[in-house]
Amino acid sequence: MSAKTKIENPVISLDGVSKWYGDFQALKDINLEINLKEKIVICGPSGSGKSTLIRCLNRLEAHQEGQIHVSGVELHETMKDVDIVRRDIGMVFQNFNLFPHLTVLENCMAGPNWVRGIDKKEAEKRAVAMLEQVKIPEQADKYPDQLSGGQQQRVAIARSLCMEPKVMLFDEPTSALDPEMVSEVLDTMVELATSGMTMICVTHEMGFARQVADRIIFMADGEIVEQNTPDEFFNNPKSDRTKTFLDQILI
Amino acid sequence: MFVDTVIEDKSLHKPAFLLGLSIAVLAFFFAFNLTDTIFGEFLSPVIGNPKESGFFGRLVVSFVLSIIFVLNLLLISFARLKIQILIVWIELFFLFLAFAYSFDLELAYIFIGEPSKLWLMISKGLFTTIYISAVSIAIATAIAIVGAIAKLSNNGFAYAIASFYTSLFRGLPLLLQIYLIYMGLPQLGFMIDAIPSGIAALSLCYGAYMTEIFRAGIQSIPKGQWEASRALGFKFGLILRKIILPQSIPIIVPPTGNQFIAMLKDSSLVSVLGIWELMFMAKKIGAKDFNNLEMLLTAAMIYWALTIILEMIQARIERKYQQKA
Ligand SMILES: Nc1ncnc2c1ncn2[C@@H]1O[C@H](COP(=O)(O)OP(=O)(O)OP(=O)(O)O)[C@@H](O)[C@H]1O
Ligand SMILES: [Mg+2]
Repeated sequence: MSAKTKIENPVISLDGVSKWYGDFQALKDINLEINLKEKIVICGPSGSGKSTLIRCLNRLEAHQEGQIHVSGVELHETMKDVDIVRRDIGMVFQNFNLFPHLTVLENCMAGPNWVRGIDKKEAEKRAVAMLEQVKIPEQADKYPDQLSGGQQQRVAIARSLCMEPKVMLFDEPTSALDPEMVSEVLDTMVELATSGMTMICVTHEMGFARQVADRIIFMADGEIVEQNTPDEFFNNPKSDRTKTFLDQILI
Repeated sequence: MFVDTVIEDKSLHKPAFLLGLSIAVLAFFFAFNLTDTIFGEFLSPVIGNPKESGFFGRLVVSFVLSIIFVLNLLLISFARLKIQILIVWIELFFLFLAFAYSFDLELAYIFIGEPSKLWLMISKGLFTTIYISAVSIAIATAIAIVGAIAKLSNNGFAYAIASFYTSLFRGLPLLLQIYLIYMGLPQLGFMIDAIPSGIAALSLCYGAYMTEIFRAGIQSIPKGQWEASRALGFKFGLILRKIILPQSIPIIVPPTGNQFIAMLKDSSLVSVLGIWELMFMAKKIGAKDFNNLEMLLTAAMIYWALTIILEMIQARIERKYQQKA
């Protein structure tokens, strides 16, 4: 029991996590704790390890050193129940990764129906509710490639939400979108944040970061260079790298 | 494929091109002296005795032929696409028949006998050919699914076995595999009949080719599909069944259809084991009466008809998946 008392706070913790791709070290001794209902924004230059970091959180990537705990469960190579952990962590990708052979509704029903043991009727009810939440219930019977990018990304968010995750991970969810579609996705994410979801977002949308983030993490060269509240981060950046980065991105 | 929306002038409708074409065709026909053939006979009212018609006869024959040929092209070019295709098909088919007719065959031969030779070919030969091919195709497909998964797995044993298998069975001529299985297995103490050996050889050989097709089909699905599925907590088998295979089917179907067609015809190789399929029967029956060509031609037509049916089924399946995509 004693190990489990730590479960809820923090939901995710990283202790000295390092990761290599061959000889290249992509993550260097990362220490991080994320609490329930916290909203984290991760930013940093290209190749700094942002994607690698959040993909380690649901073990789409393996780390080689240190420990990652999610809801008190350690993620490691020989764990038996990685799928159970993954079902509690929603993930939204830059390229949506919807299932093109399934309709929007079927995309949303798949998870609950196939792995949560929820019957079709109930799964459909939930899917419709989530599609309403992301404001595209009328697209339910279309196939993904019949939707705009912004709509597809909102379906991807709905698909994750249907699993009733404890945490949502976003990896540059608006980077593949045409400019005019960025705001519809960000609006959905803001709403999700307001509802109390624990969120970890890799994004360069600094307006979004300012609005919802509890903490902004700045990464460079596989390290966490700086983390702070949005106010401090934008108005009083400590490291030179952060200043340079902000100068580039805020113009 | 994208067909351009701008229609170019048909070259056939340009006088200069038509003239050039006519001259070329005339020269072609003139080069082969056709006065001795059925065409010469046909034109004998004009050229007299074909054998004595000489240069004049040769010129007239090739002239008439080239006019017919070019007029034919010109007329067809005015028809709608579908009609064009149909007419050209029919004409080529009749040319093929004429070619076969020129062998001076005794076609009635295949209809005589009680039961007739044709009926024997169909009732026994065709039946056996279809039976062997269908069973082999089913087994080969099962092998291919397992083989493809093994080749994509991280399991060293699975990968090694699968890659050794595809290497070996794609590396040996099918005929050799048939002999090896039929004559080799009994050496190990497995007595195996001709038909099971034939089916084993066909399934193993085509299973190896289809393993590669299935593997490529599965690999062509973007990595993001696996990642999204994994992130939802799906297990490997579920991902394969519900996400990956349904998406690879449209990619797998065309080459697999080609394999089916090729296998149908390669099933003729098992005739070396004395199995009474189409090829064996054609050789056997024909040799008895020295009417080899008649029977071989009959077998050829039956194989051709079968592949046409398979092609139609393949086209229908492809269309079905294209609509969905
Ligand atoms: N599969 C891989 N194999 C080898 N190197 C990799 C692999 N994936 C990422 N890397 C390297 O690891 C480093 C971090 O990559 P990562 O994708 O995490 O960066 P990022 O911060 O998400 O960048 P971006 O803003 O471009 O998405 C990069 O230098 C990248 O080249
Ligand atoms: Mg990235």
